[in-house]
Amino acid sequence: MGSQGGFGQSKEFLDLIKSIGEARSKAEEDRIVIREIETLKRRISEPDIPKRKMKEYIIRLLYVEMLGHDASFGYIHAVKMTHDDNLLSKRTGYLAVTLFLNDDHDLIILIVNTIQKDLKSDNYLVVCAALNAVCRLINEETIPAVLPLIVELLSHGKEAVRKKAVMALHSFYRKSPSSVSHLVSNFRKRLCDNDPGVMGATLCPLFDLINDDPNPYKDLVVSFVSILKQVAEHRLPKSYDYHQMPAPFVQIKLLKILALLGSGDKPSSEHMYTVIGDIIRKGDSSSNIGNAILYESIRTVSSIHSNAKLLEAAADVIAKFLKSDSHNLKYMGIDALGRLIKLSPLIAEQHQLAVIDCLEDPDDTLKRKTFELLYKMTKSSNVEVIVDRMIEYMISISDDHYKTYIASRCVELAEQFAPSNHWFIQTMNKVFEHAGDLVNIKVAHNLMRLIAEGFGEDDDAAYSQLRSSAVESYLRIIGEPKLPSVFLQVICWVLGEYGTADGKHSASYITGKLCDMAEAYSNDEIVKAYAITALTKIYAFEIAAGRKVDMLSECQSLVEELLASHSTDLQQRAYELQAVIGLDARAVEAILPHDASCEDIEVDKNLSFLNGYIQQSIESGAMPYISENERSGMVNTSNFRSHDQQESGQHGLRFEAYEVPKAPVPSKVTPVSLSSTTDLVPVPESLYARETQQISSVGLASDTGSSELKLRLDGVQKKWGKPTYSSPASSSNSTSQNPVNGVTKVDVATTINSKARDSYDSRKQQNEIDPEKQKLAASLFGGSTKTERRTSTSSKGPKASAADRPQDSKAASVPNKASGEKTNQVQQPPPQDLLDLGEPTVTAAPPAVDPFMQLEGLLDSSNSSAVTNSGGAVANAPDIMGLYRGTTSSEQSGGGGYNPASGDNLNLLSELSNAAAVRGTTGATIVSPLSPSVKGANAKDSLEKDAKVRQMGVTPTSQNPNLFRDLLG
Amino acid sequence: MIHFVLLISRQGKVRLTKWYSPYSQKERSKVIRELSGLVISRGPKLCNFVEWRGLKVVYKRYASLYFCICNDQEDNELETLSIIHHYVETLDRYFGSVCELDLIFNFHKAYFILDEVLLAGMLQETSKRTTLRLIAAQEELVEAAKEEASSLSNIIAQATK
Repeated sequence: MGSQGGFGQSKEFLDLIKSIGEARSKAEEDRIVIREIETLKRRISEPDIPKRKMKEYIIRLLYVEMLGHDASFGYIHAVKMTHDDNLLSKRTGYLAVTLFLNDDHDLIILIVNTIQKDLKSDNYLVVCAALNAVCRLINEETIPAVLPLIVELLSHGKEAVRKKAVMALHSFYRKSPSSVSHLVSNFRKRLCDNDPGVMGATLCPLFDLINDDPNPYKDLVVSFVSILKQVAEHRLPKSYDYHQMPAPFVQIKLLKILALLGSGDKPSSEHMYTVIGDIIRKGDSSSNIGNAILYESIRTVSSIHSNAKLLEAAADVIAKFLKSDSHNLKYMGIDALGRLIKLSPLIAEQHQLAVIDCLEDPDDTLKRKTFELLYKMTKSSNVEVIVDRMIEYMISISDDHYKTYIASRCVELAEQFAPSNHWFIQTMNKVFEHAGDLVNIKVAHNLMRLIAEGFGEDDDAAYSQLRSSAVESYLRIIGEPKLPSVFLQVICWVLGEYGTADGKHSASYITGKLCDMAEAYSNDEIVKAYAITALTKIYAFEIAAGRKVDMLSECQSLVEELLASHSTDLQQRAYELQAVIGLDARAVEAILPHDASCEDIEVDKNLSFLNGYIQQSIESGAMPYISENERSGMVNTSNFRSHDQQESGQHGLRFEAYEVPKAPVPSKVTPVSLSSTTDLVPVPESLYARETQQISSVGLASDTGSSELKLRLDGVQKKWGKPTYSSPASSSNSTSQNPVNGVTKVDVATTINSKARDSYDSRKQQNEIDPEKQKLAASLFGGSTKTERRTSTSSKGPKASAADRPQDSKAASVPNKASGEKTNQVQQPPPQDLLDLGEPTVTAAPPAVDPFMQLEGLLDSSNSSAVTNSGGAVANAPDIMGLYRGTTSSEQSGGGGYNPASGDNLNLLSELSNAAAVRGTTGATIVSPLSPSVKGANAKDSLEKDAKVRQMGVTPTSQNPNLFRDLLG
Repeated sequence: MIHFVLLISRQGKVRLTKWYSPYSQKERSKVIRELSGLVISRGPKLCNFVEWRGLKVVYKRYASLYFCICNDQEDNELETLSIIHHYVETLDRYFGSVCELDLIFNFHKAYFILDEVLLAGMLQETSKRTTLRLIAAQEELVEAAKEEASSLSNIIAQATK
């Protein structure tokens, strides 16, 4: 190994690194770096710098840039360095440019020429260096400049060059697929390269190509299968083994490709069954990489045409993952479960407790993955539990990216599966309250529409009950500080429409609240607009009802303020309010009829009401109107309105079949409709438009008396119709319900209770499982019940039918054992970062560290420092010790007198190398059986390194002895 | 595909960064700041994956150094974890029981090795021996070039005396 411990840099550079290493704060570090930048700027532009010096400057630039500072003044020097003939400099130059520049940088053009030259070089190392740069720097425009050269290199004598050439073409493909589309045959040829490295590299571009279109590659299925088989049978050279697995990275890539090729293709899939089965069977679940292959196999199984045997094998692997103590494996298990659940929905049930454990795990990553799984298995029977959980979690996090994501998921699930209107509104309120600014505004419009349309209920009582419950809940929420704007808009609108509808609240109360809102959020013009319009409506309803309106003084001042507002929109609304108040009851009712928000507004596009006026004008000599079509001869293609309508339809609720359609609801309001010849254009959502247009069409409202209603409610009704509604209080309700729904329309609450209880009873003797968890499990997974369960629930009560029982306990018995431990785990406080320092093991430390004694002899000088160091080490200890992954007592025992040198010697196995078996985890005495003798040579290396560093003046102070610790220990 | 590789120390100091997708200098600093906060604060028993901005970050701690790889949502996390380990093992063979200090002072060498393991965001070579042989070849050439250069300059120096 060329340069162990040899730090070939100048003292100056070493000092820089050292001082940055010792910097106590980011500010200090920045100061040092800025000083360095100044130095470099000065030095680098000096004439005649020797090459070696220049190389060092470039590396120092790299360092500066790596620390997040701008080193762009030196880019040009890095580019120049790539021109150098000396490979040493060239390599550094290329390294620097690949690190400095993105492929859209202006300087690229200066490098292309050099790259071209280097690709033709006789020295394959130069070619390799150039190819490395090609992958990073060549952009779409410059591809043609190097492409022919690289294609030539595909048959270069050196495998390293062929491999890099393949990778370079792959990077071209990603940047511009068309540029290499004619080269596919070359990839196919490279697949048969006799160097396994080249073959492995070729799989990368092939994967992408197949991902884009698998069909032209179906003929390769057999080849891929046979390669995979050979790889799995250890046919590749030993050097490709990784932790005793034969070329696992190649296997994984091949499995990925097979998954693509076998997807939805039975004949191709059949070729794969045997080899995948073999891989799963032989799978080694003790090592990380073994599990990686197993996981990839599951993905392949779930993607190709399904095979019962493989699914079974995959399910077994998942069970193993979920039962594992490692969070990583649990995570993979949950992910795999989510993939398999579509194929065999029953598989989730046997893992319910494991899933619950993951859901309650303190680990966010795991939790999120579990939500992903729950999202996939949501049904109308478990939607309440799942969405409640999601919201609970949503409230607890601060990561906006994920919050948005989970909020949209909640909305989606709630819209799709809501068991009742009341629940839906409550849920939406929560989502808006906590993530209002993050959800799409259209969601709010949907909510308003749903409240207005009453989910298609025909029962007036339920209808108004729903609205008043919405009003009540909003009046409650209104007092909360800092509500999101979108939510406020919904609140204003609902209060305006229905605030006084049920007579419970007086107009002055509601208007007072609205004014408060407008005042509290006076920066938000949209909210103010909503509020003033709501005021208008409330006053209009009051007038229409014949009551006398007396405006609160605060409303008065609000209106006055808005009359002079900078926003014309607000002004307009304020003026309208004033105008409406001045009208008499009949006119007001025509302008703002009560509860007509979801009526369609019929627009008379012919403007026939103007006929009389036009007639008059023409008679008095005006020119008749010629339509635009006639004038220009163009065809009028699009119609804004219908466009609008489509758009909102797209986003809106999901209208997939939920229930059979029902007859439209008769309305109690006189609709505003026109003669049958006119186009009916439903105006969705846009509330303001509705009002103004209604005003304009007022004149007509009276002369057409058609009582037929033309609401477009068909889809909505199906979804929200009464039949889906099941009151959690009584199950007798639910049994009588519409069977068309297909899926069990079970009374959720009772199911939960009865099931939870009886399953709890049956398991009590075997194992103590948190009943809470059981309950949760039952409510989540119970939804997948068959019909028998449904009947059993209708019997209502803690005792479930006998048939129910064995099934439940069977389902739970599998994960029982594991969950026992897990409950313990969960109950423990979450693992602390800075842990265990107070533990007695620490005191027992020094004698336990064997190598330390040895070192004393070897390293006299460091001995004294070790003593002094130990003080510092202890002070620093929480930092150093506590966090070493998988901390065990062996490490803690070293903690007392931790000396940098001994740190090198302490052989801490990493997780991946089967550490657990070796470590004695209980006692304080850790005699590591693998101390110096095993790593004798390395210990010497370390000492040399240490000595060298000291010579250079870098003292491994107590500050961070970790710097000297073997990474791989 | 891998979007970037980060090495950060326990104290949040950057030891190595390699970007395979385009990020501006500003974005880079932001990413590093965000991720080091995210990763370092995670407890030792939690899983080694963090979902982040629609991507996935797989990290592993070695002594006081965190190795992080950010890749697509669809990639196999355990494989990525193995890639990290593979890289560390390669470093270990090259430096001979590698420690953080090696990487601090020889970060450019760590870059060269990384370039032989990963290329364009893809795993390029999975045989440690092949990787190291190539690195050794480059360095031998470097050494040779160095000697040549020094002997040449000696000659020149003597000739001009």
